[in-house]
Amino acid sequence: MIKYLLIAIAIVGMGWMLYPLVADFQTATELNALATEYVNGSMNDLNVPNVVTAVVVTYRGLDTLGEVTVLFLATAGIGFLLRRKGHPTGKRRPGSEILKIGSAFLAPLIVLLGVYIFTHGHLTPGGGFQGGVVIASGMLLLTMAHIDFKFSHTLIHWAESLSGFTYVLIGLLGLLLLGVNSFLDPRFLAGGKWLSLFSAGAVPVIYSFIGLKVGSELSSVIDSLQDGGNEV
Amino acid sequence: MTEILILVLLILISIIAAIYAVLTKKTINAVIASGVISLMASIIFLLVAAPDVAMTEATIGAGLTTVVFLYALKHVKGGEDD
Repeated sequence: MIKYLLIAIAIVGMGWMLYPLVADFQTATELNALATEYVNGSMNDLNVPNVVTAVVVTYRGLDTLGEVTVLFLATAGIGFLLRRKGHPTGKRRPGSEILKIGSAFLAPLIVLLGVYIFTHGHLTPGGGFQGGVVIASGMLLLTMAHIDFKFSHTLIHWAESLSGFTYVLIGLLGLLLLGVNSFLDPRFLAGGKWLSLFSAGAVPVIYSFIGLKVGSELSSVIDSLQDGGNEV
Repeated sequence: MTEILILVLLILISIIAAIYAVLTKKTINAVIASGVISLMASIIFLLVAAPDVAMTEATIGAGLTTVVFLYALKHVKGGEDD
């Protein structure tokens, strides 16, 4: 009884806490000062049509670097906890005929879509993180369909480390070429033509490396979860 | 007007899925219900003109998190709630 009373009090308190947000809400009719600065800067300064990408990669680039680091640590933790013990994995049911044929058709297209999403991150919605997760879901489909599907761990680890290293290196390159206060500034490459693939300075390069890093990390997470952690 | 109706419908579906996820006895049903919540959230993000967030929510929330939960469920080999 007292348990349900406490739960009810918690729910009412939560509602009381959040009610002012709803009551005072009004739709903004114009951008505030910071948003105006971002929109103008990404159009005139950086040549990035997708303002979200401009904010994520450039104006809040340090946050993105932190996010990538968090993801790296999470992957390392999963790999450490679920490391293989040398035992052969238990018997798995092979994928059905439908799954096998469907994955043979779909997996290359899914990986291609992921690559498209992160290389066009500065033009269309999406970017490194989304593209990386799409690539990892393609790998998941292959892992589910074929029991003996294995990708090279050396390759995955090298792709992960190299792309993370290159991301930091590009950030330092901005610092080196453009002077102080310009860590992760992508403007050391040419701005290029508005709306073309090779434009917006180093933004597509940075997002491609983030995409590779996220894709390889999440693929290795799926791989560890698939056949690690037995016989603990 | 229709847009608000669709939004209300999506929010209702996600609330029902959330309550079901808490009340159901089978853990696998709860995992699927939480995936449904993420899917509804991603459609809502798409409708309010935030395609970047919608993409992230659909791939990570509805796709990867559900799969990771299913793998974890396979490893603990439980199923009944505590």
